[in-house]
Amino acid sequence: MPIFSYLAIPKKDARKTLCEELSTLEHCQIIPADNQDVVVLVTDTPDDHIEKKLQHTLKSLPSLQSLSLAFGYNEKLE
Amino acid sequence: MKLDRREFIKQAAIGSALATAGSLFPGISFGSWNRLAGGPGVLAWQKTPCRFCGTGCGLLVGVSDGRAVAVKGDPNCTVNKGLCCMKGYHSVQALYGRDRITTAKVRKNGTLVEVPISEALDLVAEKLKQTRDTYGKDSVAMYGSGQWTIPDGYVASKLFKGCLGTNNVEANARLCMASAVTGFMTSFGLDEPMGCYEDIDHADVFVTWGNNMAEMHPVLFSRMLSSRKRRAGVKIIDFATRFTRTSQAADKSIIFKPQTDLAVANAICYEIIKNNWVNDNFVTTHVSFHKGKTNIGYGTEDHFTFTDSAETIDYEAFKLFLEDYTPEKVEKISGVPAEEIKYLASLYGNPSLKVTSFWCMGMNQHTRGTWINNLVYNIHLLVGKISTPGNSPFSLTGQPSACGTVREVGTLTHKLPHGVVMNEHDRQMAAEIWQVSVENIDPKPSYHTVEMFRALDRGDIKFIWIQVTNPMVTMPNLRRYRDGALKDDRFVVVSDVYPTPTTDVADVILPAAMWIEQEGMFGNSERRTQHFAQIVDPPGEAMSDTWQIIEVAKRLGFEKQFPWSQDNYIEPIWEEYRRFHAGPTHEMAPYTVLAERSGVQWPFVNGRETRWRYNPAYDPACNNGKDFDFYGKKDNRAWIWARPYEPPAESPDEDYNFWLNTGRVIEHWHTGSMTRRVPVLHNAVPSSYVEIHPEDAADLGVVNGDLVKIISRRGELTMPAQINGRGVPVRGMVFVPFFDESYLINEVTLDAFCPISKQPDYKKCAVRLEKA
Repeated sequence: MPIFSYLAIPKKDARKTLCEELSTLEHCQIIPADNQDVVVLVTDTPDDHIEKKLQHTLKSLPSLQSLSLAFGYNEKLE
Repeated sequence: MKLDRREFIKQAAIGSALATAGSLFPGISFGSWNRLAGGPGVLAWQKTPCRFCGTGCGLLVGVSDGRAVAVKGDPNCTVNKGLCCMKGYHSVQALYGRDRITTAKVRKNGTLVEVPISEALDLVAEKLKQTRDTYGKDSVAMYGSGQWTIPDGYVASKLFKGCLGTNNVEANARLCMASAVTGFMTSFGLDEPMGCYEDIDHADVFVTWGNNMAEMHPVLFSRMLSSRKRRAGVKIIDFATRFTRTSQAADKSIIFKPQTDLAVANAICYEIIKNNWVNDNFVTTHVSFHKGKTNIGYGTEDHFTFTDSAETIDYEAFKLFLEDYTPEKVEKISGVPAEEIKYLASLYGNPSLKVTSFWCMGMNQHTRGTWINNLVYNIHLLVGKISTPGNSPFSLTGQPSACGTVREVGTLTHKLPHGVVMNEHDRQMAAEIWQVSVENIDPKPSYHTVEMFRALDRGDIKFIWIQVTNPMVTMPNLRRYRDGALKDDRFVVVSDVYPTPTTDVADVILPAAMWIEQEGMFGNSERRTQHFAQIVDPPGEAMSDTWQIIEVAKRLGFEKQFPWSQDNYIEPIWEEYRRFHAGPTHEMAPYTVLAERSGVQWPFVNGRETRWRYNPAYDPACNNGKDFDFYGKKDNRAWIWARPYEPPAESPDEDYNFWLNTGRVIEHWHTGSMTRRVPVLHNAVPSSYVEIHPEDAADLGVVNGDLVKIISRRGELTMPAQINGRGVPVRGMVFVPFFDESYLINEVTLDAFCPISKQPDYKKCAVRLEKA
């Protein structure tokens, strides 16, 4: 049951699109910065299989330039 | 609505991401984040100043099911404008460490046993009375903190100075801010900065004097970086004894030999005069020149006393004094190339540039701390760059209420909430407000902090009550003071939130409410008073420090002076305290205003805050009809001081050939008793280390992580080496962070202090190294 948080950086002029795309994904919560093109993304998935699928989806988002991991937790490993 | 474990972890994940964003993107704000979307929800966001450093960032704390679960920067607070640092984002987790002290403990037959808090308070009152009756009023003492809330410090001062008649009240701010106070008092006659953080938005040049702001004041540093990014030509010059993250981000890093900032500051003044960069109008109208005593000692011996005396000199005499400080001469003392001294002088001297100087512990923890504060003011005064937006000599504080509580309430041996114990008028005012006989207030100061712990060791003090601080980690030359506290007939009371080396020496431990578990006020570096309501309940029998003192006062028979009920005591205490500062120079905001806002800057006159003092465009206390009014001094002028370079108390020699410098890291607050209980912060820097220059490490045959023994004339300590880490000392210097109680570096440091401020120097003593 992994929980991760990331800093998501949109491609140029794609902040709004990125926020919309991330908001529609299941298991994702976003907190956009007020004054910079940075979005905090928190993922909370029920198992590793869904986590892998989500990661795949995230990597294929056209509006996303980069994703930097800030926090990781996997209950299975605790 | 209940917050389950998984949701709690999710909040930690959010906190980490916000903190990471804060460190990577200067000025980033998430202030409009209103809800934890998709989760069980945060019921309420409430404002508070941050618990940690003296910046005074406004936070909004999210509460769910009676527990503080989330933090974001308060966008309405002008200090941080929605930004937080990593300690701020994780601050609420410090409330919930597993070993939180929730019950009182009393030492019985050598063992601490749990007792009801009322029984512990009975014992504290009984021991205090018994000790005072047997050994006299000055055998009891209170030692507090710049983390005391304003009401904490106020009731402590009222009980000890007003009711018990002893001036044995001190606070750990003596260890961090005393030189700033004496610097202000000697140069301007009034304490605390004339400027405000808005200077950051206006200055063209920032000079950080021995001040690693990137780690110690990260939010202000972010504002500085943001200002540089936003405006063309803004420069940051880092002037330090060690290469730090601040040096890394600066446009220029200038390294000087320890203690020689005195000589460099004088050389800058020399250059300013030589190049005709002096603002003659300003100097003629607003400045007078003075000199004090020299060869003033270091205070390493018990009962050391020193009183300075000011002699007025003229401008010509000041110029003559500076002849010893040509850049070329000072290069030899300081190691700073003459060209770089001239460059610094040219920045201060250029009339088209606005310059702000920042400093904190590097200048204050200095055996000539008062002098170096004076000398940086000298520079700003010569060029008239003061009290206007962007032109600011700015002394930063390290603790959330070093200014609000220790300096303004006056929890130092010589101070009263208004003025000093030596002044009859100030004693009369205190006696009237406190409803005590004026004879009760002793006109003679007793012990400053180092001397207070020496008195405890000698047995002149038998009873000490320590609140919100950890002196058994922080006192220099620590072994002496710990051994003293452990002597048989000493009685030590400690109020704290977690077990520490100080609770280890306690006879009574009182469980304290922490930060937002109580109502209170802090006062930050820019004269801003910040109120916070009680947001969550304290655990177990934990009680606010203010109320602990009131309980003891009532037991000692001072119900008349402490008439308040536990349901409502902060507001009446504030309104009583506010009477001390009535008037245009220091008027404080009423309780109702404080409760509404994210801080209010004093003087607060006719509903208006004061951003720049001594400038009639902003300061209602100015009344001389001129462009500036330095009303703190009787001559209505700011004072320039001729202060020479003098060497430190101890320098490297053949036997002890390295400098030892100590300090902090961004992840940990002071002794780590709170931040080490926050998993993310603890895991980031789990233990202390000694930074060594790579070439010195090679000479010693030491690689990263190898154990190194640090030996001084006071003690020794073995700890792992860090080479080319976040900070790199110069050759011949080592640096040790003091946050880790497993490595008590203060057993090695020296208890020498500035004879004027009595503040110890934690930045300079001599050690030798051995590979362990």
